[in-house]
Amino acid sequence: MAEVVLETHALTMRFGGVVAANNVDFKLHARELRCLIGPNGAGKSTFFKCVTGLQTPTEGEVYMCGIETTHWMPHQIASLGVGIKTQTPNVLDALSVSENIWLAARRFHDPKEANRKTQEVIERLALGSIARDGLGRLAHGERQRVELGLVAVGDPWLVLLDEPAAGMSAEDVERMTGIIHELNKSAAIIIVEHDMQFIRSIAEMVTVFHQGKVLMEDHVGRVMSDPTVRNVYLGKKN
Amino acid sequence: MPGSLSKDAIATIFVTAVLIWVMPLLIGTYTLTVLIIYGMLGLSLGLIWGFGGILCFGQAAFFGLGAYTYAIAAINIGESTLPMFLAIVVPAIFAALLGAMMFYGRLTDVYLGVITLVVTLILFKFINSTAGPQYVIGKARLGGFNGIPGFQTLNVPGSPDAYIWGDSYFYVCAVLMGMVFLLASALLRSSFGRIAVGIRENETRMSLMGYDVRARKTVLFAIGAAIAGLAGALFANWGEIVTPNLFSLGQSAEIIIWCIVGGLGTRFGPILGAAGLAYLKFLLGQQALIDNTLITGLILVLFVLFLPKGIVPALTGLWKVSFGRRPLGRIHHKRRNRQRQRLNG
Repeated sequence: MAEVVLETHALTMRFGGVVAANNVDFKLHARELRCLIGPNGAGKSTFFKCVTGLQTPTEGEVYMCGIETTHWMPHQIASLGVGIKTQTPNVLDALSVSENIWLAARRFHDPKEANRKTQEVIERLALGSIARDGLGRLAHGERQRVELGLVAVGDPWLVLLDEPAAGMSAEDVERMTGIIHELNKSAAIIIVEHDMQFIRSIAEMVTVFHQGKVLMEDHVGRVMSDPTVRNVYLGKKN
Repeated sequence: MPGSLSKDAIATIFVTAVLIWVMPLLIGTYTLTVLIIYGMLGLSLGLIWGFGGILCFGQAAFFGLGAYTYAIAAINIGESTLPMFLAIVVPAIFAALLGAMMFYGRLTDVYLGVITLVVTLILFKFINSTAGPQYVIGKARLGGFNGIPGFQTLNVPGSPDAYIWGDSYFYVCAVLMGMVFLLASALLRSSFGRIAVGIRENETRMSLMGYDVRARKTVLFAIGAAIAGLAGALFANWGEIVTPNLFSLGQSAEIIIWCIVGGLGTRFGPILGAAGLAYLKFLLGQQALIDNTLITGLILVLFVLFLPKGIVPALTGLWKVSFGRRPLGRIHHKRRNRQRQRLNG
């Protein structure tokens, strides 16, 4: 079995009386691609935020390659070589595409190497035609692609993507799928997603969240045909 | 930033030389000197606010701290070189401590503004209350509301009797302004400066890229304070007295207005705004018909309503529309196409 790169023990996040993530035990192995699914309010994004350091869990622990990162800040987690893409495109609007990617590359490389890596990622993600454009002027799909470029340029070993296909055209989703598969050759990936078609096209293993807990963890085919999961999505089971 | 640092250096040296030559023909060097000092103070806030997104309501605190540090050190040392150095270092250290407290404490912009404003007020109140003989640092009495007069002014390094004053002092200030401008340009072109702009745009994203936003903001805040401190020391030398008014809220507000009017996110805007508005204030000070602050307030309102980006970005935009590369580029492109078509028969 491959090395465990991400692990949570009894991860719990409370907001007042609401338990958004409840005793979540989770394991992700090297170069695994795992999708987290569940209806709205299931706790996927809260779990994501706790793992990325955007929120500190109320209880429980997070380990990355055996190092405890429970109370770490996002920049410390990113510095380990973890690429993070948030739910809404989180980019630098006033700067150009190449400037955005250069800044991400500069964190891990000297200026000369950062220039080379920036060029490489621009070509890999087919961003050449918009490389000099300001992010604020780009379409949603292009912004999503640029943000994936920010993740890819750091050569991460763990990639955490929150709804990478949200609001994208079929063509953009197809391109995004290709990029994610390429990233997966060298990195373990977690994708939080709602789009079932996208999940079918990309995932093998799926973790289903429901009411803050892990409801099921299995192969995508078995999860999709499971009556409990179907009921959860259709709102027939509480 | 387009262009290179060497081009920046050539342009800065050329513009500084031209201004040093032309401006004294129009305005007296005594007035020009203080306009340059205010320009430097404007640049100090323009750098941290316009490029780092740190809105500091208390830049006057560092200005005053620089001036007082210089005056106190000059009285005790009797020579100006080390006091000038201290006037840069002390505000920088103070700002680094204050910045670390604010940025590591994850304060939002509003609270940052409030804290910097309150710090300025505390310093203003404290210095005002130091009139008693017990408030002494070495040989220097703080003097309370009377301020500190009679300290050693700028001299040639190593020669305390060779004072630099009058026109010579104007040239020193102008050259220092040029140097600070160049240093700010170099900083903004460096990785540190580009990362600072990234932080201004989106702190969360920069944090997710792996940058420690708190540390970088603290360093930038301290750099801004160092420049303000230098401006304060130059002001102390110019006025030959330091008073608690240097820490006043009015002074703090004026620096913010200079930046808004001149143009945020530009290097030259805050300098132009500071020098322009300070000169206007000087001219208005010669009449008693209209209140000075009323005019400054009116200018601010007009700029916020009709020219919110400030003078320099508006002029740059106008220049790009009129003489920008793109229209000319298109013309050349069409010409080249026509030539190609002719060659192809």
